[in-house]
Amino acid sequence: MDGRRDAEDLQGDAIALATAGRARARAAGRSRGFRSARRLEAITGVALILPALFWISLLVAYPFAMALYYSVSNTVVGGGSGTFVGLANFTALLDDGSFRQTLQNSVVFTVSAVAAKAVLGVMLALILHRTLRLKRLIRGLVLLPFVIPTALSTLGWLWMFDSLYSVITWTVNRVVLGPIGFAPLEVNWLGSPALAMAAVIVVNIWRGLPFFAVTVLAGLTAIPTEFYEAAEVDGAGRWGRFWHVTYPLLKPILAVVVLFSTIFTFADFNIVYVLTRGGPQESTHLFATLSHALAFGSMQLGRGAAVSLFMFPVLVVVVALQLHYLQRDETRHA
Amino acid sequence: MPRVRRGGAFRLFVVDHVGLVPFLLFILFPIYFMVVTAFKTDRELYDLQAIPFWIRDGVSLGHFHHLFFKTNFWRWLFNSLVVSFVTMTVSVAISIFAAYSLARLRFPGARSFGIGVFITYLVPPTLLFLPLTQIVNWLGLIDSLWALVLTYPTFLIPFCTWLLLGYFKVVPREIEECALVDGCGRLGVLFRIVLPIAVPGIVCAMLFAFTLAWNEFLYALTFTSASVTKTVTVGVAAEMIRGDVFHWGGIMAGAVTGALPVVVMYVFFLDYYVVGLTAGSVKG
Repeated sequence: MDGRRDAEDLQGDAIALATAGRARARAAGRSRGFRSARRLEAITGVALILPALFWISLLVAYPFAMALYYSVSNTVVGGGSGTFVGLANFTALLDDGSFRQTLQNSVVFTVSAVAAKAVLGVMLALILHRTLRLKRLIRGLVLLPFVIPTALSTLGWLWMFDSLYSVITWTVNRVVLGPIGFAPLEVNWLGSPALAMAAVIVVNIWRGLPFFAVTVLAGLTAIPTEFYEAAEVDGAGRWGRFWHVTYPLLKPILAVVVLFSTIFTFADFNIVYVLTRGGPQESTHLFATLSHALAFGSMQLGRGAAVSLFMFPVLVVVVALQLHYLQRDETRHA
Repeated sequence: MPRVRRGGAFRLFVVDHVGLVPFLLFILFPIYFMVVTAFKTDRELYDLQAIPFWIRDGVSLGHFHHLFFKTNFWRWLFNSLVVSFVTMTVSVAISIFAAYSLARLRFPGARSFGIGVFITYLVPPTLLFLPLTQIVNWLGLIDSLWALVLTYPTFLIPFCTWLLLGYFKVVPREIEECALVDGCGRLGVLFRIVLPIAVPGIVCAMLFAFTLAWNEFLYALTFTSASVTKTVTVGVAAEMIRGDVFHWGGIMAGAVTGALPVVVMYVFFLDYYVVGLTAGSVKG
């Protein structure tokens, strides 16, 4: 990295020198020194970034520090700053049945949703890549779940999972079971722990699939056709071309998308809040919904903050991996 | 993808497109079903003998009538519009300066700022909403749209800066240097050279900022409680669902109408959305 930065600096200096040289040649009377030009650039640079920096430090960095403090205090909503309680919130949480349930839910939810989105996303991208007719229309339709506000589209799913009028149950009974003479089923989709978890996972897949498909599609379009021609000459079939050309070349982009999606799936709030509020029996609570329920349901701000901070280690790992990919990408393109 | 073409044109068409059917069904059915539900009469909606896939008793505007005249829906829509527009404008303006600074100017710490913006972009709002509630409380902004105007840029600025950085980096340095030599200041270069070249990037950042602000749910849910300060997502998803009786027709009418503005925008600017979505994770 350092070597690269030096090279970039050198290159930058060379350009700056050339610019300064040209400037001297063109406007001989104006002797603006190289050093002061560089200082002016630095001042401008800092000044331009200041508003963004200000906003982010005040409303991202500072609240983050507050979250750290809350998690080691017994603060309640609207009740001052509380007193220091050390790691009590964390140890209490680890002993708490509903927190352990939430931890398990989050892992099940994130792993299955991200895996499904990755597999289905690659499949859909491959299909879209081959689709010749109505390309723009189909691509536009596929992206719709991403554009519609999640809180509102999840209401549609809530209606589809209704205990009495569910269209899914209706279809199963009338189209599949009825004709072969079976008694109609009564399914309370959001009423049993396993089905409710499956339901929130399905809605998350629905919401996240467009992002995977479109990003992978961008990666597919970047693969040179010569690679496929060469593979074909070597006798590779459909699967061979996928495993030996498409998949290896897609891997970097897929890794970035998976990391990205892992954070936002893990930190999901909207779908669970609208669909189940964490129920039944806390079987679908995620960190975000549990922390919301603790802070505003039972007014335990410190406990709530401690819950949301349990997301932090996951975030750190993902950010570290992302930066790793990003820098590798930068070096490759440099 | 070049393949050895076998069989007739029809067979190829079927082979290429048949895989799409289950995907399109999965993606589009919930949306279609929401729209259909919103236009049904209550009698048909709660009739288990009726086929749910289409409208049997004729299109009814009853649920929309209720939504428009018996709830605060217009107010919620107006709040969403104001908040999204203001936060979009502020965030894109701030991000233009920040992105140009990071893309072009060399100053101590520039690289760390760049990484900082990227990390902020990855911090989910669910990690920050509790302390932000406290800050909003201190400022006396609970139940005010200002709370949202203040907090939405925390996720919009990192996103827009990141997006614009990619656009600014590909503006040829040579053009800028010529302008500098000709006596144009840095801000002059930014406004007269870089911005006109990067117009697609700015449109993209504006569209995404507006959509993200419009779709936001958690902050709006946490910072507002009076009906008149709610945004459309919270108004429909939290206020229309209360108690044990669900008025499904009205809820679907609210959800469909609340999503309409961003969907219309999306229809007109489809290609920008595709670019913005991919630029989020893939550079440039």
